Amino acid sequence: MAILVGRKTRAVVWGITGSQGQFHTQLMLEYGTKIVAGVTPGRGGQEVHGVPVFDTAQEAIEKVDADASIIFVPAPYAKDATLEAIAANLNPIIVITEGIPVKDEILIMEIAKQKGTTIIGPNTPGIITPAQCKLGIMPSHIFKPGKVGLVSRSGTLTYEIAASLTNAGLGQSTCLGVGGDPVVGMSFVEVFKMFRKDPATKTIAMIGEIGGNAEEMAAEYVNKTKYPKPIVAYIAGRGAPAGKRMGHAGAIITGKAGTAETKIESLRAAGIRIALKPGEIAKLIKRPKLTIN
Amino acid sequence: MIKAQVLVAGRGKAGAIKPASSPEEAERVAQVILSMTVKGEKVAKVLVEEALASRYERYVSIVVDRGSKCYTILCSREGGVDIEEVAAQHPEKIIRYRIDPILGLQEFEGRTVAKQLGYSGEQMTQVAGIVSKLYQIMLQCDGELIESNPLIETKAGEIVPADLRILVDDNSLFRQKKFLERSKTYEPDMTELEIKAREKGLAFVELEGNVGIIGNGAGLVMATLDMIIDYKGKPANFCDVGGGASEERITAALEIVLANPKVKVLLINIMGGITRCDDVARAILNIQKKMGITIPMVIRLVGTNEKEGQKILAASNIPSLNSMEEAAAKAVSLISGAT
Repeated sequence: MAILVGRKTRAVVWGITGSQGQFHTQLMLEYGTKIVAGVTPGRGGQEVHGVPVFDTAQEAIEKVDADASIIFVPAPYAKDATLEAIAANLNPIIVITEGIPVKDEILIMEIAKQKGTTIIGPNTPGIITPAQCKLGIMPSHIFKPGKVGLVSRSGTLTYEIAASLTNAGLGQSTCLGVGGDPVVGMSFVEVFKMFRKDPATKTIAMIGEIGGNAEEMAAEYVNKTKYPKPIVAYIAGRGAPAGKRMGHAGAIITGKAGTAETKIESLRAAGIRIALKPGEIAKLIKRPKLTIN
Repeated sequence: MIKAQVLVAGRGKAGAIKPASSPEEAERVAQVILSMTVKGEKVAKVLVEEALASRYERYVSIVVDRGSKCYTILCSREGGVDIEEVAAQHPEKIIRYRIDPILGLQEFEGRTVAKQLGYSGEQMTQVAGIVSKLYQIMLQCDGELIESNPLIETKAGEIVPADLRILVDDNSLFRQKKFLERSKTYEPDMTELEIKAREKGLAFVELEGNVGIIGNGAGLVMATLDMIIDYKGKPANFCDVGGGASEERITAALEIVLANPKVKVLLINIMGGITRCDDVARAILNIQKKMGITIPMVIRLVGTNEKEGQKILAASNIPSLNSMEEAAAKAVSLISGAT
């Protein structure tokens, strides 16, 4: 079933009565995703696109059978919503919300770790297993089922690369955004571990960007474990100046740390092939890997 | 001691912290410092305080540790200097201590850190108290970083954080109202256009070049910048209008990018997901009519409703391209033609 979400996934939506939540619930339902409930305090008893809304998660999971969840609520309320989803044993939890304070993110991730819950995001386009399940805001039509696992820190750049893969005849097993914030639930390493065990995934496309050291950690993991599946990576932000946030809260070079150059260097050293343009990812995947001495 | 009060780090290095031994000298030094600009910020205030003779200088900070998803204390016996250089050249001289997000910082942990920093006895307790206070401030103010550099010991043996700065998380401003007000009026690190862009809710960074860039999505815009540089062009800015960009947002972006007189060519790169290409095309036409854009524009418009969008542009003789690479190459070639 690819990774994390598939045909059997049954999700609860936080913020289903808001404009974003309503709009994307409809698109996810149209894609065939099983959205089984929504939670909005004070709106229990209503319906959105035929999906029942509950006041609390406890009530929702008593009444419907659910495993996953997706969070659309505004940043000031996102911590509470996510902690409620964790407490309700929903797993994975996809946090679409952008702009959550890092203090709240630290607490969310710690509680999730203790509970063994997988958090995707925050500040993510979500996750899609093509033709099976979409829990996110990505345009559905650019994805096709196939063998490439795609993991990214970005939104539209993911669409750009997914579309070019699809156009090149390369479908995807699962595509997910880990999120553009400094503190996010899943790292590249954790996603790589899942892709490693997933028989549907044969090749991995990785989209990184400046800031932090998640790419370097991924390179170290690939190197140490002699990762068995080919990986192609693109790193955005080679032209970004130091000390400036490039759109994402996490995309910032601090001093000399987190530059695209150091990321590319460590990925190359781990045998990961680097695409210098987004469009090159598909070309590199199609071209068999040359032996490097 | 006369210290410039500016919202940037590295005052000492820039010569904006100076001693004085008499009131007359203090006045003279203060005048010099008040005429300075430190990293782009004009010095408007100075702090005059007792010069503390220090036996040594140490460094203490609390940072957001992205990898470990927690706050971490960083400290070093090598204070008063550029801590990044210490970290790069002598990583063994940096002490790291992870703060448990649930437990917080217990008193014994403060003492453990103080001990590792080389303190004992009464001083150890004092330093533990200082570290604990830094953590409380970090939580209360939604800090991304709180730093005392240097932490000093006076001749009387008292430990004093001689300098303290805090970076507040932008995402917390909805609940950190006192900082919200200040951040509106005081932006030392930002250009005029960057401040304007922030008011409009756009992610915008001004750069040195002449190719104006607008796109939707941070990663996509960064990739566009990189591509322009690969084709030997120079980006004038980073400008992300975000997802589901409305006509108003695109208008705001165009106004800000075109307000930069260095911009000779404009490149718009839209990968429509939730954003519909026909909406974007109509927005561009409306804006062009209103603003009378005179410099060449290169538009790349793909994704949801791309055919309709491209048709709308074509009807007004505005060519649009399918590939980001073609668009970047074309934008750079127009610059070479223009100069």
